[in-house]
Amino acid sequence: MNFETTIGLEVHIELKTHSKIFSPSPVAYGADPNANTNVIDWGYPGVLPTTNKGVVADGIIAALALHATVEQHTHFDRKNYFYPDNPKAYQITQSDKPIGHDGWVEVDVDGVKKKIGISEMHIEEDAGKNTHERDHSYVDLNRQGTPLIEIVSKPDIASPAEAYAYLEALRQRIQFTGISDVKMEEGSMRVDVNISVRPVGQEKFGTKTELKNLNSFNYVQRGLEYEEKRQQQVLMAGGAVQQETRRFDEKTGETILMRVKAGADDYRYFPEPDLPALNISDDWIKELGDAMPEMPTKRRERYVNELGLTDYDAMVITQTKEMSDFFDATVALKADPKMAANYLQGDVNAFLNDNHVDLQATKLTPANLAGMINLISDGTISSKMAKKVFKAITAGEEPKAYVEAHGLVQLSDPAKLQPIIDDVLDANPQSIEDFNNGKKRAVGYLVGQIMKQTHGQANPQVVNQLLMTALKQ
Amino acid sequence: MNYFNQDLASLHADLVAKKVSAKELTQATLDNIKDTDTKIDAFLNLNEDAALAQAAKIDEAGISDDQPLAGIPVALKDNIVTKGLTTTAASKMLGDFNPVYDATVTEKLAAAQMITVGKTNLDEFAMGGSTENSAFKPTKNAWDQTKVPGGSSGGSAAAVASGQVPVALGSDTGGSIRQPASFNGIVGIKPTYGRVSRWGLIAFGSSLDQIGPLTHGVKDNATVLSAIAGHDDHDLTSSTQAVPDFAADLNDATSVNGLRIGLPKEYLADGVSDDVKTAILAAADTYRKLGATVDEVSLPHNKYGVAAYYIIASSEASSNLQRFDGIRYGYRAQDVQNLEDVYVKSRSEGFGDEVKRRIMLGTFSLSAGFYDAYFLKAAKVRTVIMNDFKAILKDHDFIMGPVAPTPAFGLGDEIKDPITMYMNDVLTIPVNLAGLPGLSLPAGFSNGLPVGMQLIGRPFDESTLYRAGYAFEQSTDFHTQLPTLGGQN
Repeated sequence: MNFETTIGLEVHIELKTHSKIFSPSPVAYGADPNANTNVIDWGYPGVLPTTNKGVVADGIIAALALHATVEQHTHFDRKNYFYPDNPKAYQITQSDKPIGHDGWVEVDVDGVKKKIGISEMHIEEDAGKNTHERDHSYVDLNRQGTPLIEIVSKPDIASPAEAYAYLEALRQRIQFTGISDVKMEEGSMRVDVNISVRPVGQEKFGTKTELKNLNSFNYVQRGLEYEEKRQQQVLMAGGAVQQETRRFDEKTGETILMRVKAGADDYRYFPEPDLPALNISDDWIKELGDAMPEMPTKRRERYVNELGLTDYDAMVITQTKEMSDFFDATVALKADPKMAANYLQGDVNAFLNDNHVDLQATKLTPANLAGMINLISDGTISSKMAKKVFKAITAGEEPKAYVEAHGLVQLSDPAKLQPIIDDVLDANPQSIEDFNNGKKRAVGYLVGQIMKQTHGQANPQVVNQLLMTALKQ
Repeated sequence: MNYFNQDLASLHADLVAKKVSAKELTQATLDNIKDTDTKIDAFLNLNEDAALAQAAKIDEAGISDDQPLAGIPVALKDNIVTKGLTTTAASKMLGDFNPVYDATVTEKLAAAQMITVGKTNLDEFAMGGSTENSAFKPTKNAWDQTKVPGGSSGGSAAAVASGQVPVALGSDTGGSIRQPASFNGIVGIKPTYGRVSRWGLIAFGSSLDQIGPLTHGVKDNATVLSAIAGHDDHDLTSSTQAVPDFAADLNDATSVNGLRIGLPKEYLADGVSDDVKTAILAAADTYRKLGATVDEVSLPHNKYGVAAYYIIASSEASSNLQRFDGIRYGYRAQDVQNLEDVYVKSRSEGFGDEVKRRIMLGTFSLSAGFYDAYFLKAAKVRTVIMNDFKAILKDHDFIMGPVAPTPAFGLGDEIKDPITMYMNDVLTIPVNLAGLPGLSLPAGFSNGLPVGMQLIGRPFDESTLYRAGYAFEQSTDFHTQLPTLGGQN
């Protein structure tokens, strides 16, 4: 039997606002439990929420970045449920009229391009956190009221690989808008997944299961792959898939039953009476749209078509807006695009990984990277010398000044190199004889000697050329 | 001492002239409350030490002419939060709840240097029309202690009517200021929705709740409303409309000359007692004599108001009251085994019957499969009722009618029959649904019990209601008649 798979993703993205969505408490991490809270976050009697306009703006920006239609006349709703991390016992969210609907992102899986639809996106508040220790439970409401955007996909995703690509596309586009860090490892991007399979040709969707504990894109893909296979096997064995929630086990790569869903939860949604309706003007949408940076897909096209990068290079450079902006700024200073891309993917990325820092937190500047690349291009320094220069520019030094101060200028003038070569040949008659007897290795030895004499500053290409000419005489 | 014979202006004059100090006034007020409250049970909690300390400070600084409310005592309904002063909403759930912040109205009164002498009784979470739903004690009518004071602001109304305080604040979700004002022969206003900040008012029905003052006279009422009204950054449903000095132009009894008044026939229909009808028809004649015209008009959908209201208010309440879960503050049941126990037992033990009834009604109305037939339908009815009012107010300056179908009923008479109790609000509820201002003022008596009249105005046009109320007050003597409580004068 052949099956087709339908995957749905609900992605929660935490917004980088200064204050919470409905209270003036700061949004910040690492504070003592309940330090970033006030009476509103506690769900105290008599308190009222107020809407953080910045969150609405971020919702509009997300909608625009994901090609969605902005709902201009919208409001908040209450979602009612009891839990200690939910102090009002309702979450203020959008159910009836989400701020954005009918968007899409384009993904590329093994060279095949596909548009994945987004049914809706809405702004809402996050809950607090419960922790349990021996016989006590603790509630920390620092996260309560942190602004979120939830993005819900249409049932267009047909494989775990597409799910991965969708998440990557979403992450990149949102990252470029700057409204969120979108880092799964830090919880600023969270993914809920559901999947169903059905025999090819069957009209009705299969029964879906939900997967939890998917803490990276890789786990999402692996969890879905396991679950896809498991459901197929259940059906092939004549069984029926149960509507249930399953937990992904990172160690085994399997999904494990958590709970069977008895029926739909009834959250008794109704319009939030404490907050006025939102009326979003055309002008505001235009203003936010005009201020949006160029999206990664557009940048990739430009890098490939105008700058001659490979698809792969363009993709790596556009992983984050910071990297891509850095690249653009470096190229704008006349650095060779291919070399700039190579440095960013190679030495720069390695440096960032070794030091666990983000690009913008380093002393590296596009001006200094461009300066170094231009020194290589015009032959002033060798790529070997550039290793030292790179280290210096990561410490904030200006490459030209550093090169001059450390005498790192490459010796390329034949008039200066010829006497040194002659001296070395005079001192090593045996090597000349070896060369004449066909031992090519002798050349390496001689180059080494010349490099030694010039303290490594000789331009290897020029040395090779002059040496070969001398040896063949 | 009591406040039967002095309005705010004369109290202010006495304070400025130092005929009495704020401290003496506060002490006398507290003494009188202790003396008389054994009869009417209007107060849940007195703010003795803090009030006297505040009064002493005011005396020290001196009271100037431009501080009309400074040094004058006030009482707050106990669903308005007061920092450091127990706020219970008359519920076991909040029996020992000591708020860490002040409501905006509490702050505004403090800024005006009024002295909060205590917190008044109410139906639990403002749910009821007799103050018998208080978890602690029933309040009695100032005129007859075998009668209810109305509700839910029964404590505030009885306290003002019995001369304990010159001013009290109440809250009105479906008539909870106007009906007890009517039952106690005093003046109460439910301002336009959005006129007064709800920040710090323990929510019942968020789209309906408004805070307003209860006083002996119209002018006093206007003075206090000006002090507590206005936009508040804490409450996005509060209006940015400018707040006039409502009392400023209340000088002239003939100022209703030429106004057009609508008297809805539904407001004099079956179920409204003859004495009440007589009083309202007499009031219409008074207005005609003052030069106004009174037309019969119709609010055809008024009869659906009570049903729509109990769905909308209860739905909002079912959600608003979920925060009382025994986790962070308030009552928590003791013998619990797990989280669900904390919720179920704390709420079962902490809430009274009427509150539970409305939570169940509201929860049902919002449930999947019933939402459209109940909540959504009620919301549509609300719009229809709004449009009824709008049509009349297009060419009428205000609407007049009774506040309640009957005068105060006996303690225990209706408490076992929720539907009858709910129907008491049939004439006040539509005003909340439409978000309009409603003023209640004395308009007659029935067997020695006060009968109130309700004036309903255009949005944010409390001025016209006060003007018309003042003109009526100056032309009649109902407001000069006083209850006789033992132990005073």
